[in-house]
Parts: sequence; structure tokens; C-alpha cells
Amino acid sequence: MPLLSSTTSDTPNQGQVLVSVEGLVKHFPVSAGFFRRHDLKVHAVDGVDLIVRRGETLGLVGESGCGKTTLGRLILRLEEPTSGRIFFDGIDITHLRRSEMKQLRRRMQIIFQDPYSSLNPRRTVGSIIGEPLTVHGIGTRAERRRKVAELMEEVGLRPEYVTRYPHEFSGGQRQRIGIARALALNPSLIIADEPVSALDVSIRSQVINLLEDLQDRHDLTYIFISHDLSVVEHIADRVAVMYLGKIVELGDKRRIYEETLHPYTEALISAVPVPDPEAKRHRIILEGDVPSPIEPPSGCRFHPRCWLRVPICKEVEPPLNDVGHQHFAACHVRAPHAETIAAYQRTAA
Amino acid sequence: MTTLMGDFGRRMRKNRMAMVGLFVVVALFCVAIFAKYLAPYPPDRIDTSRILMPPSKENLLGTDILGRDVLSRIIYGSGVSLSVGFVAVGISTLIGVVLGALSGYYGGWVDRIIMRFVDVMLCFPSFFLILAVIAFVGPSIWNIMIVIGVTSWMGVTRLVRAEFLSIKERDFVQAAISQGAGDARIIFLHILPNAMTPVLVAATLGVAAAVLVESSLSFLGIGVQPPDPSWGNMLTEGKDNIEIAWWMSVFPGLAILITVMGYNLLGEGIRDSLDPRLKI
Repeated sequence: MPLLSSTTSDTPNQGQVLVSVEGLVKHFPVSAGFFRRHDLKVHAVDGVDLIVRRGETLGLVGESGCGKTTLGRLILRLEEPTSGRIFFDGIDITHLRRSEMKQLRRRMQIIFQDPYSSLNPRRTVGSIIGEPLTVHGIGTRAERRRKVAELMEEVGLRPEYVTRYPHEFSGGQRQRIGIARALALNPSLIIADEPVSALDVSIRSQVINLLEDLQDRHDLTYIFISHDLSVVEHIADRVAVMYLGKIVELGDKRRIYEETLHPYTEALISAVPVPDPEAKRHRIILEGDVPSPIEPPSGCRFHPRCWLRVPICKEVEPPLNDVGHQHFAACHVRAPHAETIAAYQRTAA
Repeated sequence: MTTLMGDFGRRMRKNRMAMVGLFVVVALFCVAIFAKYLAPYPPDRIDTSRILMPPSKENLLGTDILGRDVLSRIIYGSGVSLSVGFVAVGISTLIGVVLGALSGYYGGWVDRIIMRFVDVMLCFPSFFLILAVIAFVGPSIWNIMIVIGVTSWMGVTRLVRAEFLSIKERDFVQAAISQGAGDARIIFLHILPNAMTPVLVAATLGVAAAVLVESSLSFLGIGVQPPDPSWGNMLTEGKDNIEIAWWMSVFPGLAILITVMGYNLLGEGIRDSLDPRLKI
């Protein structure tokens, strides 16, 4: 894995690795038609290598359906991977049994996109936030109650609201309840799956700021999943761009936004709305739709929509190639991998 | 919960038919509980001097062939109908919720076995199945309750299974899993309370169906045995004399009609008020 091994030269002060993922694949079987064809499957995540360092925020971006949520759920073992391995803090958790996993679950939590379906409508806010403590048998009843009050205060909810039910709160407040629940066990890793996409623009920045404050206070590591590149630009340290189940570009935020390599990333960035109506901008409109993840295109998955494509793109899948400065891209044109291209030329000749 | 229940109450009160149903059900309960005080005569008091009397001041709904007061027998019969309805539905709901929960939550082969079992049970025409079983175990009110219960749980199982399948994918269940909560906690604390709405509706409608089955069994003579009064066996006695004493069959028949209608209206009212989108 070039991605995992050749990571020393450029940034010597990198943190310790908290999560790493090797060759992770998740296929969902599709049963289509009357005569079930079991060979059809959705390639939700199709060979992802990734590391997340302690204390950083990794932004995971891509269109809907590109597999970013599935990747997050795989890391938490909410889905069973088809193949590949997942390490959390050096422990291979890919095949841990449920009881072994339970201990590690204290250290990894998730914040959901939809604040309406993420809270059980029949339970009080107090029991929702306190549930992780109850599940892990932490503290006495009184200690748990005190901890819940603390957590509520920390996320900006009035502790008097403990006995209320989720429907009595607004979307932003509900998202705060979800955040408090995720914090209850003092986790190291929080996967935030589009935590602000369902919120009003006016509340988004409040929740984002809250997430940033909490990160500072509790040494949290975030995997921040989003389709909104402007939010990711604000919160992330590093960004991974996904397309059809693969990471196509990965690097420090500044590199990704300012020295974009992959044409898909370029198109995404060009689609971010600019608040200045006078501003001239070069908007890239991609042709066609996202291809079906059931039968992804051959070679580079982006080639049918790419304006840079050359013959090799249709036949050979570009590896995620290190171009220096911790910047990786999978593109034959912008980040050519010498050996892959040489091998292609040999077979073509 | 406060405003959830508030909304429910408000919609319920606005639904006039549901309120009629609620009134009928509450009234029936009172009649069944206070039968001793409401009935003008003991149900089995034979008065050979007043045989087949039409409705009059002394016997509001007339008397039967042994001179027993029809009104008193209907009042005492309400207890039979209600207890059969409730116990039978209790049994079928319990079986249905347990099997549906297992099926929907665990999926896989557990689901396949339970669902095939449901299909098999649904293949039997249930009334004839009940007849056959009662013929073996003998007619008694307890046997009727149990047999109705164990032959009518399939609908509830499917409902609960469907609810579990959809609620299992909701984020709050995923959150519970990601906290490391156990199966029991997830099933009983997170999924089941959110799956009970259609079960409540199905149970209310189920009481109506059970009352009807009990009446049918008693009518055929394999339910509640005379001289104990039940609306069904009163109908049987009535049909032999229908040309000379219409009141012997009409009033028990009306009692069945009103009861079944009351439960159906109430059940549909609860359904519409709990969730206007829910249709069973």
C-alpha cells in the first residue's frame, strides 16, 4: 500500500494513527427480477485505503450514493465489510465479536444527519443522552444524572429540559442532543455523518462551532462526512474525495482546495456557491449522471464524465498516487503513475 | 409524550364515530361489570307462568321459552363476550408480538421459519380449524378463548415484523447499536414502543372479530353451554321460535351487532387519530 507506507517524508509532525482502513470493500447484493440474479451487487465501497490521525478532522466528501456514509458505518462496524480490514488504535476490529466490540464502542461514536430519526421519540432527552452510560453500566443513577446535566450544558441545552421529549425541540436543538449522546462516553473518534445538512443555514454555523469547540476540549478526532464542500473547507484538516465507492483524491485541505488535481474534485469545488453575485467563476458542468454503482465503468470510474480522458482511462484503473506533500490522487492525466502507464503501453504495443 | 398524546386526544374527540365507538365500549364494560345490579332478574330464573312473553313493562325485552328474562340474559351474556374477546386477543397479541419481533429483528432463517409458519397457519380456514379443535378439546369458555387466541395471531405477527423491519433501520436504533446496547435493550426499549401503534389498532379490531367468533361457536352449540347465557346460544334458542317470538333472536343479535360495531369504530378511530397515514 503506497498510501500507508510512504507517509513519512513530507510532514514530520503528523499525529499518531487512530483509524486505518485497508482495502475495505462493501458490496450489497441486489436481487433483481423474478429469477433472482445474485451476481448483481451494489459496489458501495470498493477498495478504500485510508488513515485518520489522532486529533485531526478528516472531511469525507462526495455526491450522494458515492459510499461515504457506508464507509463511516463500516468503520463503526454498523455494517459488516465484504473484505478488507479496519484498525482502531492499532487493534484489528474487522472481525471482533460483539462482546469484544462493546468495549471499543465506548471510544467511537456517531452523529447522524437527520435529527428527527436519530432520537427515539418515546424516550426523554435525559434517558437518550444517558443511555450510553446506562448501557456500559457507568456510575450510579445520581452520577449519571449529574453527567447528563453536564453534557446538556456543554452542548448548549438547558439542563431543565431533561424530562422533555425530542419532539419538543427544534432541529438544531435535537442535533445538540445527538451530539451530547455521542459525547457521553468520552470517545476518541466521532463520525459525523452530514451533521448539519438537515439544518437551517442560520443554525449550521452554531453547530459547526460547537463541534469545533468540543474537539478542542476533548481531543476528539472527527470523520466529517458531507457533500457540502464549503462546510468541509471550514472544519476539516484533511479531505478525502470519494466517487463511486473509491477515494479519488486525498490530501491536506489547502492542497485539495488550492492545488486540485483530480478533475472530479475540481468540478465539485467549482460547484460551491460563491456569495458574490459579481464574481466571475469558472463553473464546470459535468456531463451525464453518476453511473450506476451496480456496474461501475471500466478503468477510471470517472472517465465517462471526464473532459480530460485519454485512452488509458477507459481500460486501466488509476492507483491513488502520491504526488508529494501528503497529496494523493487517482488520475492518469493529472497524477500519472509511471509504472502503471508503462505497463499499459507495453500491453498496448 | 404530552403533546403527542394531546394531538391524539384532540383528533380522537373530533372523530364523532370514534367517540360513538368509545361510548359503546365503555358502556359495555359497565354493563358487564355491574351485571348483577343492572339485570332485573337472575339470568337463569325460570318462570313457567310467563313463557314467550313479548316485550312488556315487566320484561322489557320479553321472555324466552322457559320464561327467563331476555334482557337479564343479554346483560349477563355481555361478560362472556367481553372476556372471550379480551383474553383471546391478549393471547394472539402476545404470540404475534413475540414472533413478529423475533422475525423482524433477527431476520435470516429465523424470519424465514416464522414467516413460513404464518403462511401455513393462514392456509387453514380459521373458523373450521377452531371448530375442529373445539370438537377435540371440548367446549368450554376457557378452551374457546385459548383456541381463538392461538389461531388469530398471524396478522399481528406480520404487522409487528413489518414495523420492526422499518424501525430497525432508523437512526436511533443504529445509535443504540453503536453504543453497544444489547439485543434485549434495543428490542424492548427502542423498537417495541415505537411499533405498538398498529398493534393497538389491530387488537381493538381483533376484539370485535373474537366476539363474533365466540357468538358463532355458541350459536352452533360448541361454545358457551346452556344454561349459561351467551349471545350466541340465545340466538340458537331464538331461531327455533323465531315465528312466534321474534324478540328472542332480535335482541341478542342487536347486542352482537352493537358490540362489534363499537369495537370497529373505536379501532378505526384510534388508527386515524394516532397516525392519519396509517392504514391497516
